Amino acid sequence: MKPLQMASVIAGLLAALVTCPSSAETIRVGIIATFSGPNAIWGKQFKEATEVYVAEHGDSINGDKIEFIYKDVAGPNADASKAAAQDLLVRDQVKYLGGFDFTPNALAVAPLITQAKVPAVIFNAATSSINKQSNFFLRTSFTLWQVSVPMANWAAANGAKTVITAVTDYNPGVDAETAFASAFEKKGGKIVSKIRMPLQTTDFAPFMQRIKDSGSDGVFAFLPAGPATFAFTKAYNEGGLKQAGIRFYGTGETDETTIDALGDQATGLVTAYHYSDAHESDLNTAFTAKLKQMFPSSRANLASVGAYDGVHLIYQMIKAAKGDGVKAIEAAKGLAWESPRGPVKLDPETRHVVQNVYIRRVEKDPQGRLINKEFDTVQQVPDLGFNP
Amino acid sequence: MLVALSIIIDGVAYGMILFMISVGLSVTMGLMRIMNLAHGGFALIGGAIAHALTVRLGIDFVPAAILSIMTAVLISFALERIVYRPIYRLGELGQVLATIGVTFIIIAIVNFFLGSTLLPIRPPSFMTGSVTLGFKTLPMHRLIVIGAGAMVLVFLYWLIERTRFGIYLRASVDNHATAAALGINTSKIYAVTFALGAGLAALGGMLGAELLPLEAYYPLRYMVLFLTVVAVGGLGTITGSFAAAMGLGILDTGSRYLLSEFGTIVFFLAVMLLLSARPRGLLGRA
Repeated sequence: MKPLQMASVIAGLLAALVTCPSSAETIRVGIIATFSGPNAIWGKQFKEATEVYVAEHGDSINGDKIEFIYKDVAGPNADASKAAAQDLLVRDQVKYLGGFDFTPNALAVAPLITQAKVPAVIFNAATSSINKQSNFFLRTSFTLWQVSVPMANWAAANGAKTVITAVTDYNPGVDAETAFASAFEKKGGKIVSKIRMPLQTTDFAPFMQRIKDSGSDGVFAFLPAGPATFAFTKAYNEGGLKQAGIRFYGTGETDETTIDALGDQATGLVTAYHYSDAHESDLNTAFTAKLKQMFPSSRANLASVGAYDGVHLIYQMIKAAKGDGVKAIEAAKGLAWESPRGPVKLDPETRHVVQNVYIRRVEKDPQGRLINKEFDTVQQVPDLGFNP
Repeated sequence: MLVALSIIIDGVAYGMILFMISVGLSVTMGLMRIMNLAHGGFALIGGAIAHALTVRLGIDFVPAAILSIMTAVLISFALERIVYRPIYRLGELGQVLATIGVTFIIIAIVNFFLGSTLLPIRPPSFMTGSVTLGFKTLPMHRLIVIGAGAMVLVFLYWLIERTRFGIYLRASVDNHATAAALGINTSKIYAVTFALGAGLAALGGMLGAELLPLEAYYPLRYMVLFLTVVAVGGLGTITGSFAAAMGLGILDTGSRYLLSEFGTIVFFLAVMLLLSARPRGLLGRA
């Protein structure tokens, strides 16, 4: 073939490729989370829920194949998160990002996603201010304001006059303390004292004594899940606070990956939260059953549902806009859907999920398993901590 | 006054746990002169086996505890033969690097079999109640921990100061060559001492699980705490470790009662001041 002929053939082929309606693309989605180290549970929960969603809904949309790429950042590590995002955006050409267990990991990618116009769906990181940092952030988890304020309102409405707060001294703890205290005082309650506990502490007996001596009706607690929560609830029982009638108000302390370890001492603890794996709905039953079938040793928790809905949101955006980030964000705003946690919608202004917050009590189900039994619902709560 | 009493009671219980876990470290590091950063790993091994036996297999606490301590001792015995013999000959930096490697391997193994979530131990019924002292409610398990710590203290003192084994051990570490020439089987003494340290760590890990909850990353999470006790007490002294554990336990508890907003600063400030005055620790040998 002569060069000219060759060129025209190639041009013809290219044209065919571009115009051909059935040309299937692969749309890549990068998931940035912690898959190793002490916090590896986050990545595990994210990945399993993602795989459940894909198993239920298939891995292609309108003929385009969806491919997930997982990147490990080994804990709260802003630098690693930024590097992972850069790698995913430049090398793998991902059209969407997801994951983000810790606030610093989400904040680190804000300039990158703004520049690349790539939507990033936050499956967990719960600081209100994150969504302000980029118009391409969307969040399917919760914020501490969103769950602490309903807890305060419920406590005030159910007989608590005085409450002492005890939170771990780091950003989320301070957020929870501020949210609870301001809402509780607005309802006419009194905050007797505010205790901030060092992050490294695992012996809580001294704090229990102070809580008991304060003579308040209840204690509002916020601690990171894991060893700290375990030791705190243990001390709450053994310090005689339960017998003394000091009620426990919390948020995520009894999440499903911790509750089994807490054991019987957790029974009766009251918390306000957006998800319980015992939530009664057909969708949740199907979701938890599928998870159990695919990963027999797993239990759904807040991270699972954050990821499941996050992937749902990504699927909806791909349906509406393929790989066009700007169009995708517009399509996502105001989107409402049924989630395993109940009805949710994406606030068009804050791009944060509006959802029911449930008041739950730890009980044993008929199989003898500890669950967060929901008994009261606060309808459709937005992110109460967002100030534009 | 009541606050002071509360601080002392809570502090002593906390101190006893620190003592039980760290004293084995003090024995191996001080008497055998080996930087064993994997020590917390033996506390984890003991606790993890106790978790598997009591929670997953439903065995009662007392037989499970005995079984887990024995397993930890056996594992440490085997490790001493295979892994630690070459490590003894390394320099200090080499020992630190090698033993931290051992720590990571222990973490990875526990993580693989039991996952990275909490590993609670089902306590026996006699350990679950509370005792009311009028001004204060004290959990039963803390009283048991205080009793167990006191027994360990007496036992170790007797073993090292009053028995033939103790004489051999002190001779072996003071002058290895002379002790060997006099017919003491030094490598056997080392192996037994090492296993003893591991057994104590396993006991401490199990009894202390209420205060220092067990999970795969336990050896790293609390490494600084255990090393601090040994550094403050002085290497190789049992009474020093005891005094340091008590002092730090009471100090830390007191700062939580009275100055919790300063976090752990009070604790580390006190340690810094003490070590600058006595670099070899409270009762360290010159």
